[in-house]
Amino acid sequence: MTAPPRPPAIHCAGLVKRYGDVTAVAGLDLTVPAGECFGLLGPNGAGKTTTIEILEGLTPGDAGVVQVLGHSWSGGSADRLLRERLGIQLQETKLPEKLSVEETIRLFASFYPRAQPLESVLALVELGEKRGAWYGKLSGGQKQRLAVACALVNRPELLFLDEPTTGLDPQSRRQLWDVIARFRADGNTVLLTTHYMEEAERLCDRVAIMDHGKVIALGTPRELIASLGAEHVVEFSLTAGAGEDGLEADLRGLPGVRAVRSADGTIALTASALHVTLPALTGLLERRGHALASLTTHHASLDDVFVAMTGRRIRDE
Amino acid sequence: MSDRPLIQLTLAWIRGFYREPEAIFWVFGFPIVLAFALGIAFKNRGPGELHVGVLRGRWDSSAVLVVDASPALSASILDTAVALNQLRTGRIALLVIPGNPIVYRYDSTRTESRLARLEVDDALQRAGGRADAAMTRDDRVTEPGSRYIDFLIPGLLGMNLMGSGLWGVGFSVVQARTKGLLKRFLATPMRKSEYLFSYMLSRLLFLVIEVGALVGFGWWVFHVGVHGTIAALAVCTVVGAFSFAGIGLLVASRAKTVEAVSGLMNLVMLPMWILSGVFFSYARFPEAMQPFVRALPLTALNDALRGVMVDGASLTGIATPLAVVVGWGATSFLVAVKIFRWR
Repeated sequence: MTAPPRPPAIHCAGLVKRYGDVTAVAGLDLTVPAGECFGLLGPNGAGKTTTIEILEGLTPGDAGVVQVLGHSWSGGSADRLLRERLGIQLQETKLPEKLSVEETIRLFASFYPRAQPLESVLALVELGEKRGAWYGKLSGGQKQRLAVACALVNRPELLFLDEPTTGLDPQSRRQLWDVIARFRADGNTVLLTTHYMEEAERLCDRVAIMDHGKVIALGTPRELIASLGAEHVVEFSLTAGAGEDGLEADLRGLPGVRAVRSADGTIALTASALHVTLPALTGLLERRGHALASLTTHHASLDDVFVAMTGRRIRDE
Repeated sequence: MSDRPLIQLTLAWIRGFYREPEAIFWVFGFPIVLAFALGIAFKNRGPGELHVGVLRGRWDSSAVLVVDASPALSASILDTAVALNQLRTGRIALLVIPGNPIVYRYDSTRTESRLARLEVDDALQRAGGRADAAMTRDDRVTEPGSRYIDFLIPGLLGMNLMGSGLWGVGFSVVQARTKGLLKRFLATPMRKSEYLFSYMLSRLLFLVIEVGALVGFGWWVFHVGVHGTIAALAVCTVVGAFSFAGIGLLVASRAKTVEAVSGLMNLVMLPMWILSGVFFSYARFPEAMQPFVRALPLTALNDALRGVMVDGASLTGIATPLAVVVGWGATSFLVAVKIFRWR
């Protein structure tokens, strides 16, 4: 292996964290090269937040190696130097209600020896017009952008974002994506957790899908979706009626179908060409005497990758 | 504006506090309202006029005339049933039954009643022709410094320093903990000691306003002076504020919810409201309790404040109580730093 020009932004191997009987992180290996935007995906309870907090040096791991920007968390004074190079947004931080945007940014800037000027932070997160408004009076999207602003005051080399857009409306989400894109433009590294597949596909160079404290899939979003072998998903459900014996085998035999899964009364087909598969499907159901209760199709997403691997959905909505 | 973390943190707590209108009332308004109400209620409070009943019957009108003539007494003629009822409910301190002998009916455990008996007897005996054996002259004292309000203002000042120190620091710390703000700070290179010390510092600014408001009010409305130096008063209040901020940190060092810390703070404050001589002298408690009562931080602070304000003591004169206050504050702060829960 040739020496990389920069050490990886994040490297961890064999990371384990237990809370009593519960193993939150069960032997995690991860390397994120500098300059990459890396996404940790998975359902609630998969261990994403525990992992990111260990990497941030907020929670000690029970076993394994963790290196951030080439340094390990020591618990000593060297940690402060490392913290000066990191930007951190936590999942559930509420900033002081009655401090204005400007006052909050100044407060966080005061902790760092090389903080950016207030104006450039405000411009980066587009909160210039709200500079005098109290945190408590901001919208959800503005609050989240202020939280990210506090993570960016020190011009970090590595930015941790833990579910940065959860609960935001689509427009606020896109505004935050723009902030992240601007930050990345300078060659910085981002590690984010999310359970929005669209967010991961849009922002991340690579993603790791986590389940039960382990990485179950790793690659670019495109690679992972391609691993399904087809790019369309057809989901349908049937009205109660004719028996379903042998239906799955029949479905597998349809032209263009790569996989069949059924859960909770919904059957999902992964298909390569809809114009071939759909007429064949309706013909088959008619012959067997089934009636459709619903039918939808969508492009295969990372969510489908997760379903294909675990049989469960990442987000139960 | 300086960009030092200690200053920015201190500013943040100060802003958070004065932007909370309820907090402003409880810290600044409430002690003044209390001082005003108590000052009025106990103004020139002596025995006042004692109400005395005279039983309807022979010689009743002449007895009323004699008793009413005394400036300390007011008398009225009452029927038996009414008289007994008023005596029982305390509306009259004493019932006079004219005759020979004159009968005084009263409850001898009531100070007011015993006083009324002396006054009434004196008036009736003089009217009957008794002469004083020796010449006497009354010299009444209403000097500032000896009134109840002079005692009360330093006590309220101490109570206020305790309340705002505990609430101002404790509440804010626990809120920061429950909201995840402490954890967020932990993710920055902020020094923990600066965070904790910024709370103590934020108390300083409020202190000037708090003390100024209460002392100024006492002086303006009730002419309660400061007999010692302003410098000594300043030292006392700064030491008191720092000390209770330290105790506030300790109380809030582990609590995970606002409810828990509220309970803890009341647990700390309630005994001192009663025992530490805010509203009445702690000398009223039994001798056996005195060492314990004196060791309480608010007792010591009140002693120091009264020493300066009422007795005009110098700093050396109040060194012992001040040392007790400093001891509490320093110990609390050090323990708080050790056991503080950051997340």
